[in-house]
Amino acid sequence: MDEKKPKRAAVRTPMPEQPAEVRRNNFNEVALGYTLEQAMQEAQRCLQCKTPVCEKGCPVEVNIKQFVGLVAKGDVPAAYQKLLETNSLPAVCGRVCPQETQCEEVCILAKKGQPVCIGRLERFAADQFVASSACEQVTGKNACAIIDEKLRVACIGSGPASLTAAGYLAGLGIKVTVFEALHELGGVLVYGIPEFRLPKSIVRREVEGLRTLGVEFITNYVGGKTITVQELFDQGYKAVFIGVGAGLPWFLGIPGETLIGVFSSNEYLTRINLGRAYDFPNWDTPIFPAKNVVVFGGGNVAMDAARTALRLGAENVTIAYRRTKQEMPARIEEVHHAVEEGVQFELLCAPVAFLGDEKGYLKGVKLQRMCLGEPDASGRCSPVPVEDEYFELICDLAVIAVGTGPNPILLSNTPGLKLTRRGYIEVNETTQETSIQNLYAGGDISTGSATVIAAMGAGRKAAKAIYERLMQNR
Amino acid sequence: MPNKIVKKRSLIPGSTSEVVIEAPHIAAKAKPGNFVILRVWDQGERIPLTIADADARKGTITIVYLVLGKTTAHLETLKEGDSILDLCGPLGRPTHIEKVGTVICVGGGTGIAAMHHIAKGNHLAGNHVVAMVGARSKDLLLFVDELQAFCPEVLVSTDDGTCGQKGFVTDLLKERLCSEYQISPSELDSVKTSLADRLATDKGIAEVVAVGPVPMMRAVAQVVKPFGVKTTVSLNSIMVDGMGMCGACRVTVGGVVKFACVDGPEFDGQLVDFNELASRLGAFRTQEKISSEHFHKGGCCTHG
Repeated sequence: MDEKKPKRAAVRTPMPEQPAEVRRNNFNEVALGYTLEQAMQEAQRCLQCKTPVCEKGCPVEVNIKQFVGLVAKGDVPAAYQKLLETNSLPAVCGRVCPQETQCEEVCILAKKGQPVCIGRLERFAADQFVASSACEQVTGKNACAIIDEKLRVACIGSGPASLTAAGYLAGLGIKVTVFEALHELGGVLVYGIPEFRLPKSIVRREVEGLRTLGVEFITNYVGGKTITVQELFDQGYKAVFIGVGAGLPWFLGIPGETLIGVFSSNEYLTRINLGRAYDFPNWDTPIFPAKNVVVFGGGNVAMDAARTALRLGAENVTIAYRRTKQEMPARIEEVHHAVEEGVQFELLCAPVAFLGDEKGYLKGVKLQRMCLGEPDASGRCSPVPVEDEYFELICDLAVIAVGTGPNPILLSNTPGLKLTRRGYIEVNETTQETSIQNLYAGGDISTGSATVIAAMGAGRKAAKAIYERLMQNR
Repeated sequence: MPNKIVKKRSLIPGSTSEVVIEAPHIAAKAKPGNFVILRVWDQGERIPLTIADADARKGTITIVYLVLGKTTAHLETLKEGDSILDLCGPLGRPTHIEKVGTVICVGGGTGIAAMHHIAKGNHLAGNHVVAMVGARSKDLLLFVDELQAFCPEVLVSTDDGTCGQKGFVTDLLKERLCSEYQISPSELDSVKTSLADRLATDKGIAEVVAVGPVPMMRAVAQVVKPFGVKTTVSLNSIMVDGMGMCGACRVTVGGVVKFACVDGPEFDGQLVDFNELASRLGAFRTQEKISSEHFHKGGCCTHG
């Protein structure tokens, strides 16, 4: 064997993408994924540091050094197996994690140039593995026989936090049942994140993977309504994990908000993602077509909504944001994609009223000019209204993407559950346990809106603590 | 099989049907006022339907639907023994029921079925329930027998006089309220607020509950208003998830925006902005038509 070291490329291997002018007309995935050659070339850029700091940046502690090393050698099944040891949803993470502020941010290569594309490699390994159907090889290793039929754990919600907790526990031989309120599994991965960023087939594949590990899934069960936490304990579950997401859309509280054509981002995206309204009338859920769309907000959800509106044929899509692009909480890549596709930005403005016609349809929005003031609690410059400076935008559809709060359904039906000042579930930071013994929570319902990977990190932490408690009490 | 249709009966041929569905987990908890969200096939839309009755012992719930759009037309193709793909509930806040005396329950259209569950709950709580139901004609009346089984008074009106009194159900209500408070309907218009003040303390009729089409509920609220009696209406807003996630069902009540799915579906009828509700119910009318046409042209497969 020729052991000569390959020459290390200075720049990142670019990700093949659908051209902007093509993709703005379809719902297919924007990023197309690496080929084996591209992945190996990129993986070979990794320095294989003695102390891999990148791994400290990862909420689920992926063995980045090892998996990237395996990809560099072209051993994809082994790389995937390595990923699965700590991450139940690698194909999802490889697509939606903000690697630029996590593992890739601290990559040693980033200090002098460009970091290794860890996320793209994760995605590659996960996708390739399924494509090459090396399933048994890997699941054979990860699936454990059930330790004890009586050691059952319930997860409420089937988003990233719950799926991670379920995957971790199932891998250790614990019987897990996941209760989902909607009809499809995946939580925000299915109703929130659009097809062009995270195909549903990928989510379904990850869920199926968990099913082969022995996780049981029950849909159409609303925690707090169909079943309460106490009832789960009564049924013999030894621990319950709440991963229901935030799930209550914030509105702006301005006049005209109930006009037809004003949507919360949750409704807009749920109709289109969960309901596949982009394929109406083949799918039954409708969304009405619009010419001029204004989206309020500056996060990933706002970008998703704006890019979705373009794909549904809107002529003008504008993101209206109170601050400037620098303060936007969205991932740089998402803003970049939105700009490429033709989304316009109206910065430093805030809506003050929606304007409608006599039939109750949205016709436009009145906005007030803002300027940047002193930094606020988030460290970002706060928007300050400019007196008497107003303008109007014509629109027949508006999407409000200014965040979510805690959905009260489960919380109000769980007596004794301690909440934070902001109304989220208070948890022990080490174990994710709530004020009720053996009841754990993680993800947006304990932190407020955050990332998929943060939720997964919480799910993993909770699962570890649950497992330890179960073993102690055996 | 979950969600199996154990009984189906056509209440008004071609327009309204009743299905009894095996759903023990929902039946065990369903209270008057609750609703379910269902989906008929794997590319189907989620629609809310009020629970008309529940039998915890048999583990069944009863749903009555008007064949109106694509999903209900599709639902109508299902037979006894078939299953409903997705059924989720019980959702919404249950009706606030306590022993208060006399409660008038007004129902119109398929709303009579939903009203039936509320009337039954009030009866079981020991209230004297006066049921008032109305329809265009005799053939379109629903649930009269079921209501007569426990309501001491069931008053019927039909627009054409083919059953009960001729006229609108709100006329029945007006008459009843006038006789209770011993004024003539002609006097009613002139007294208004003073009457309301005087009679607000009169507990003869403690509450009027109305479930039905928006114009009917609006008319009921108007009739009751001068009497100052508590008015409860059950709203049938458009919903997607039915659990507070999307806000499609928002409705203005007393100047405050509420979600019908989690804050309701029942609200104070005197405070609901019915104009806005009616307008928002029509938000997807064009798409509903397209969807129905697509279905009837056979553009939609049926599931097994």
